[in-house]
Amino acid sequence: MLNSSLAQLGAALHARKISSVELTQLYLDRIAAHNPSLNAYITTNTETSLAQARQADLLLANGNAKPLTGIPIAQKDIFCAKGWRTTCGSKILENFIAPYDAHVIEQFNNAGAVNLGKTNMDEFAMGSSNETSYFGPVNNPWDSGAVPGGSSGGAACAVAARLCAAATGTDTGGSIRQPAALCGISGLKPTYGVCSRYGMIAFASSLDQAGPMGRSAEDLALLLNVMAGFDERDSTSLQRAKEDYARDLARPLNGLRIGLPKEFFTEGMGSDVAKAVDAAIAEFKKLGATIVDISLPNSRLSVPVYYVLAPAEASSNLSRFDGVRYGYRAQDYADLADMYEKSRAQGFGAEVKRRIMIGTYVLSHGYYDAYYLQAQKLRRLIAQDFADAFKQCDVIMGPTSPSTAFKLGEKGDDPVQMYLSDIYTIAVNLAGLPGMSVPCGFGSGGLPVGLQIIGDYFAEARMLNVAHQYQLSTDHHDRAPKNIGV
Amino acid sequence: MSLTNADVLKIASLARIAMNETEIEAARSQLSGIFDLIAEMQAVDTQGVTPMSHAQDVSQRLREDMVTEADQRELFQSIAPQVEAGLYLVPQVIE
Amino acid sequence: MSMQWEIVIGLEVHTQLSTSSKIFSGASTSFGAEPNTQACAVDLALPGVLPVLNRGAVERAIKFGLAVGAAIAPRSVFARKNYFYPDLPKGYQISQFDLPVVGQGALTIQVEALSGNAKPYEKTVRITRAHLEEDAGKSLHEDFHGMTGIDLNRAGTPLLEIVSEPDMRSAAEAVAYAKALHSLVRWIGICDGNMQEGSFRCDVNVSVRRPGEPLGTRREIKNLNSFKFMQQAIDYEVQWQIDTLENGGKIQQATVLFDPGKGSTHAMRSKEEAHDYRYFPDPDLLPLDITPAMLEQARASLPELPQAKRARYTSEYGLTLYDAGILTASREIADFFEAALDEAPGQTRLCANWITGEVSAQLNRDGMEMVQCPITPRQLGGLLKRITDGTISNSGAKEVFRIMWSEGGDADAIIEAKGLKQVSDSGAIERIVDEIIAANTDKVAEYRGGKDKLFGFFVGLAMKASKGKANPAQLNEILKRKLVDGK
Repeated sequence: MLNSSLAQLGAALHARKISSVELTQLYLDRIAAHNPSLNAYITTNTETSLAQARQADLLLANGNAKPLTGIPIAQKDIFCAKGWRTTCGSKILENFIAPYDAHVIEQFNNAGAVNLGKTNMDEFAMGSSNETSYFGPVNNPWDSGAVPGGSSGGAACAVAARLCAAATGTDTGGSIRQPAALCGISGLKPTYGVCSRYGMIAFASSLDQAGPMGRSAEDLALLLNVMAGFDERDSTSLQRAKEDYARDLARPLNGLRIGLPKEFFTEGMGSDVAKAVDAAIAEFKKLGATIVDISLPNSRLSVPVYYVLAPAEASSNLSRFDGVRYGYRAQDYADLADMYEKSRAQGFGAEVKRRIMIGTYVLSHGYYDAYYLQAQKLRRLIAQDFADAFKQCDVIMGPTSPSTAFKLGEKGDDPVQMYLSDIYTIAVNLAGLPGMSVPCGFGSGGLPVGLQIIGDYFAEARMLNVAHQYQLSTDHHDRAPKNIGV
Repeated sequence: MSLTNADVLKIASLARIAMNETEIEAARSQLSGIFDLIAEMQAVDTQGVTPMSHAQDVSQRLREDMVTEADQRELFQSIAPQVEAGLYLVPQVIE
Repeated sequence: MSMQWEIVIGLEVHTQLSTSSKIFSGASTSFGAEPNTQACAVDLALPGVLPVLNRGAVERAIKFGLAVGAAIAPRSVFARKNYFYPDLPKGYQISQFDLPVVGQGALTIQVEALSGNAKPYEKTVRITRAHLEEDAGKSLHEDFHGMTGIDLNRAGTPLLEIVSEPDMRSAAEAVAYAKALHSLVRWIGICDGNMQEGSFRCDVNVSVRRPGEPLGTRREIKNLNSFKFMQQAIDYEVQWQIDTLENGGKIQQATVLFDPGKGSTHAMRSKEEAHDYRYFPDPDLLPLDITPAMLEQARASLPELPQAKRARYTSEYGLTLYDAGILTASREIADFFEAALDEAPGQTRLCANWITGEVSAQLNRDGMEMVQCPITPRQLGGLLKRITDGTISNSGAKEVFRIMWSEGGDADAIIEAKGLKQVSDSGAIERIVDEIIAANTDKVAEYRGGKDKLFGFFVGLAMKASKGKANPAQLNEILKRKLVDGK
């Protein structure tokens, strides 16, 4: 059961071979057993989850079930879920009970899925190792001394360790793809605007996008069918006809043109990662794909551009956490200014404060043009590179992360080293394109390596097809870590 | 580039984050490192390039002018640090 | 004052747009609700909420732009203005910065003269821009154990901030501009203009200089919500600045508040730290594109504007600029005038005289606005008709009007009931005149001896004898004939 695909689970639930309550209880028991060591979840709520499972069982019994009805899903703790504590990995929201549902949560509720719990994450999604969480780091299930990646580290860990059937994540600069790569699972960041941001606590509004995390591309397609959709409460949500993201899964890859950007294959990448990625490319050739050498000349600037734009937006987005209407308020203060300064100083962690400071600085008087405006112009050049590239190829491939999972604490004191771990993923967010990561082998120490697949706008169905065909002919995605009782 | 402690203090004050001397010093050195990373992009000639604020070239959708929200004060204020008589309380505001 | 000073004034006016819901949320904008009952998740800036722009606010902004002849930006952008304040839930205000929806325009105003013998004059004030933004909540400073209470019902109410050039040269001009703007926004139906409720709030930038010199340092008087206070605040501020400069002092740029109790201005105590609002385009909102269709729709929905009406009243109806000004002081007055004219076609002067005269005087006396006028245009038109067709005399008309005002009823019914119909029977008038001449032979002799002024005396007696009902024209003619000719 733990290794079944979502389609198989759905079939078992429909055939009443297992009930949603049984399945939910199975995962809750596994969480109870393994979460103390992995720390993948910040909050679980047994009674609420089981009540949802009972509702799902009624739907299943009445024949009113949809594909994900009764399936337990782990929700990243960035999504507001009514009645659930929603912390965003921060002390400032430690006791915040969300009074409303995010659109993504509503979509899962409408599909009859079970909310299994809220997963750990870097504070306000700012991090690439899950170490910035106020609720402690998450362990990589493949190596308990290594990070799971971030910011959706809890979600990636929970999927890999079979502590949920599937999970949601969000991706601002690689926060779905990088932890997916480091934990050996599949994850997709859709085109900006495909999933509503309503109720998803904002980090950098023009880059944030929700997406599915699961064990296979096929699972991701079923999840995205539920998550995607127009929402009038988000001005950046795109009004498009409803798609079936699973429609192209079976399509052969003959004639597929894969672009390999030379900038993604440089000495910055670990040799074990390079080896696994090369092997994956060879596999695609076997499946009928052709290789096109391309260039994304401005992508080298994506890290600096990102570290201007994302902190700028974040510095403003996080101003609402002021201790007035909700969230943490310092105990002792002299006056209003002191209340603000202490609540925020005590409520935010070091990385969040650092990014607020960067953002405040680049927007401040006299620096705006040199930093923010310049970064926005470069953002256009970076997006233009992709537009040019997609004239020559159907998908772009490369590594998701320059290395496999690094050790906890390894990059602790040097934010710049940490920021560089997102070097291959950030450009995709700047352009607003869809990107995904799928397992493509194992590197040194037996740690998973991820292959990044980047598509043109709205090419999710095609990307899922490409990934699915690859997964039909390989088994990297089926491998499970040891010591998780599977 | 290198920031001064005064720069850091000014930013922290604009961002309403209290900082002691040690924190200011640590932040100064880390922020300087980050700005060195960022500096790379400033050398690029971007004359004539239109800034990109959004991932998609779409214009703002308009909402019809209708009241759709009901009063949920009780629920919303159940998570507030301090309320009285339906008001959020804060240390005295001086004009 | 030893030397002449020139006063330079510019205004920033915040008008609350009369939408039913807020600019970025579906919460109600109605005034006076229990605190925080109209502050929804978006207004409270709960984590994860997002803004969506209200079409009604955009339409109103376009209407204003068209009304002041401004260019409407085909694409405008919303920006975040970042600062911390407890009545600003997001820690930033969504406003417009680089690219406002309304560009340069102008408003022609009529300025009443201050001294008795000066004439009222027209002046054109340039409008720099007008942009959409959201209002903040309210801080209630009553004592909550030494704390301040925050009510966010007002947060997110749509505002159009209208910024003028520093074109005004006196308090009178500033007040005239504010009044004209106030009238205009109500005229075109984008703001209810209720100043007590804060629907129309003025910030006044004041500086003084020697004529011909560059602009002096300005101080901004914040949040004036009555024209009377505006006049007082500017007068005080101007004198303060002149005194300061003449005593060798310097003006520091500052934000000041007016204390109506003391009649004085004082600088705000809070944060004179340098503001650094860190404006940047709001990533949650996309560029606002205004299509030609939206423009056309707004244009078609605009009523005839006061300036156009004034021009028409003077050229077509032959009214004075002064009368035309009073009749277009508000849309209600102009509508009243035109509806009354529909009832009494062609009687433009008479109608204008009655509205600027009797009607205005009564409204003033009763402390009413035109909307509260107890007489309908139809009633007034009915009365005017009876004046022109000679059914009632002027004094009779005033009596009818008085009854109409206090008791209601239409002119014909009142004339009938009170027996105010004018006597036009020449036989009856001749009899009255004969009796008067007979009873006042000495005065008749004086008149015939050249004392022409006595004519009025005889008219008065005759009117009195007819109980005011004699047709004045007829009476004049008969009286003149009989006094001169003795026939």
